[in-house]
Amino acid sequence: MSETITAAPGIETAAAGVRQMSMQQALNRALDEILAENPKSVIFGEDCGRLGGVFRITDGLQAKHGEARVFDTPLAESGILGMSVGLAMAGFHPIPEVQFDGFAYPAINQIVCQIARMNYRSRGTLPMPITLRVPSFGGIRAPEHHGESLEALFAHVPGLKVVSPSTPHDAYHLLKYAASRPDPVIFMEPKSRYWQKGPVDVTNPLPGTAAHDGDADNSGSLTGARVAREGRHLTLVAWGAMVSRCLQVAELAAEDGIDVEVLDLRWLKPIDAEALATSVGKTRRAVVVHEAPLTSGLGAEVAQLITQSCFATLKAPVERVTGFDVPYPSGDLEDEYIPNIDRILFGIQRVLEYRRG
Amino acid sequence: MTTKAVRGAVEDDAAPLTHHQLRELYTLMAAVRHLDTSAVAWQRQGIIPGYAPELGQEAAQVGSGYAVDRTRDFVFPTYREMGVARAMGLDMVGYMSTHKATWHGGMYNPLESRFAPIQAVVAGSVLHAVGWAHGQTLAGHATGDIGVAMTYFGDGASSQGDVHEAMNFAAVMKSPVVFFIQNNGWAISVPTERQVAGGSVAARAAGYGIPSVQVDGNDVVAVFEATRSAFAHCRAGNGPVVIEAMTYRRGPHSTADDPGRYRTLDEERLDAGEDPLERFKQRLLTDGVADEAFFAEAQRLAEEEEEAVREGIAELGPRPGAEMFSLVFQEPTPALQSQATAWREESEHV
Repeated sequence: MSETITAAPGIETAAAGVRQMSMQQALNRALDEILAENPKSVIFGEDCGRLGGVFRITDGLQAKHGEARVFDTPLAESGILGMSVGLAMAGFHPIPEVQFDGFAYPAINQIVCQIARMNYRSRGTLPMPITLRVPSFGGIRAPEHHGESLEALFAHVPGLKVVSPSTPHDAYHLLKYAASRPDPVIFMEPKSRYWQKGPVDVTNPLPGTAAHDGDADNSGSLTGARVAREGRHLTLVAWGAMVSRCLQVAELAAEDGIDVEVLDLRWLKPIDAEALATSVGKTRRAVVVHEAPLTSGLGAEVAQLITQSCFATLKAPVERVTGFDVPYPSGDLEDEYIPNIDRILFGIQRVLEYRRG
Repeated sequence: MTTKAVRGAVEDDAAPLTHHQLRELYTLMAAVRHLDTSAVAWQRQGIIPGYAPELGQEAAQVGSGYAVDRTRDFVFPTYREMGVARAMGLDMVGYMSTHKATWHGGMYNPLESRFAPIQAVVAGSVLHAVGWAHGQTLAGHATGDIGVAMTYFGDGASSQGDVHEAMNFAAVMKSPVVFFIQNNGWAISVPTERQVAGGSVAARAAGYGIPSVQVDGNDVVAVFEATRSAFAHCRAGNGPVVIEAMTYRRGPHSTADDPGRYRTLDEERLDAGEDPLERFKQRLLTDGVADEAFFAEAQRLAEEEEEAVREGIAELGPRPGAEMFSLVFQEPTPALQSQATAWREESEHV
């Protein structure tokens, strides 16, 4: 499934633990280990048993761990999430899958009214250690409701945490971390990145995660943002599939002498306000990039956090380069909707050219 | 009416209730009746802000709750299951605290009580019962020993899609779930015939491949026996059962409701049938199980209990505001912690 490589770019330590793998492989390996390490963990959803999921994230897990641990449910999202609540009440650690982002809508009642509130309603006696995997965002020319970005919706709900990895390395570690926590986590997988390979150091979450360090087990490195590229002139803030696009933009901007920092937010709730303050405190300019529609998107939240910490030193208002306030379009128009390199470069230009008064 | 098996009748060959058990059932029903009517009075007196009475549903609630084995079963209520809670021996101050507006889910411990937090979303917890029950299957208890989930909902809630999903999931996975429907004739102002074509929720069970039974919900013994049979069926590994207890909501939907806007007193008298408490009393008298002295004592106990619960409720102060923040997560986020700090500084001036 995976091959050992000798020296992955950007990873200099624990080379023996480094594997080159796709995000699909990294997630699959994480789930395999979670099942092996935590006997209370169960994986279920539509087609994630025998088929291994439509994206093959659960490939081979039922054969290896048995039908009690990895199973198919009837085709009903509210049922899958409502069932997760009961399993958690019975002491299990459910890892349900909603097959595509847009299919979370039929389950919103169970997610918002039940999963997010049960710990509170029960005064902490019925925690909900549920990791809800949601293949998310656009970019694969899929049918309607297969390209949605729901992070703002989930982040707005008290009681939920939201995370989205952008690399195979982070996908592996963040999934294992999320599944080890006692609170519900919405795990948004950037489906357009499933097949991109990258170095994964399974022994150490820290390489390439420079935003926080210092704690003994490195778990601190999994709770905050990650500086994906260091720069001096401007910070691009992104998550999920937009991180790699922002890295491309940074390379192009560098040709014009603009040194762009890329901050991979990773956690969309809680947002790492400290990492935003550190990065933008240094660069004094910021552009937030997300696929979700503009209005009331997380870009507004990020802009406010930056304004709060960096108002005195900001050179320009925080810009947002996002999807539009329209239903996610059909595949032919997808490239017009998702922030592309040109639109992000225009956003950078607006910030750089901003003059007071 | 009599108990009518709709499909796949569940046999009950267990022993008939002893006289002691019959008297215990009456004592419970009397306690529930008095606490329920008192709670409405509390609301009128300003002791609690609101209440959802279960008047008329004492037999359905006590009869079913009495069949629960608190060592292994788990009950998933909505917001009108006070009688079930009392039959299961819950801390009634903790239960009633939800109506005092102390805490939404109630102040009792759901794990120790085997009674999930009070639920305001109709049919919200039906799927939870299925998940919990599937957990019992996964835990691999020996057949005949498995814990059973019992979920309560009404004829109105049966219109919710989650009930369909829950019945389908439970049937497909053969989960040990008792779906206990109290068909009380009304969903606030909308009568059953506007919710359920054909009038029977139990009849729907056949479509899911689930055995069902429609029982006289005003006959506490019939309800108990139907529930006991359903539990035996589930425990033996045969999958879920649907019980529809036909009863009547004699009171308003809640203390904020005015049934005079949608039904007349004559209709109420006609449709409500015989009072389940009075009916059971006459039966116990006729069968020589209890005498007037027993009933007087049951009433005295009920009044004593109501007084204790009322005093307990009155003594409940508001929860510390810090709990708004501290109970959201097991591991609170930094943003929430800073909101808690700001709230404390600005509201307590510390």
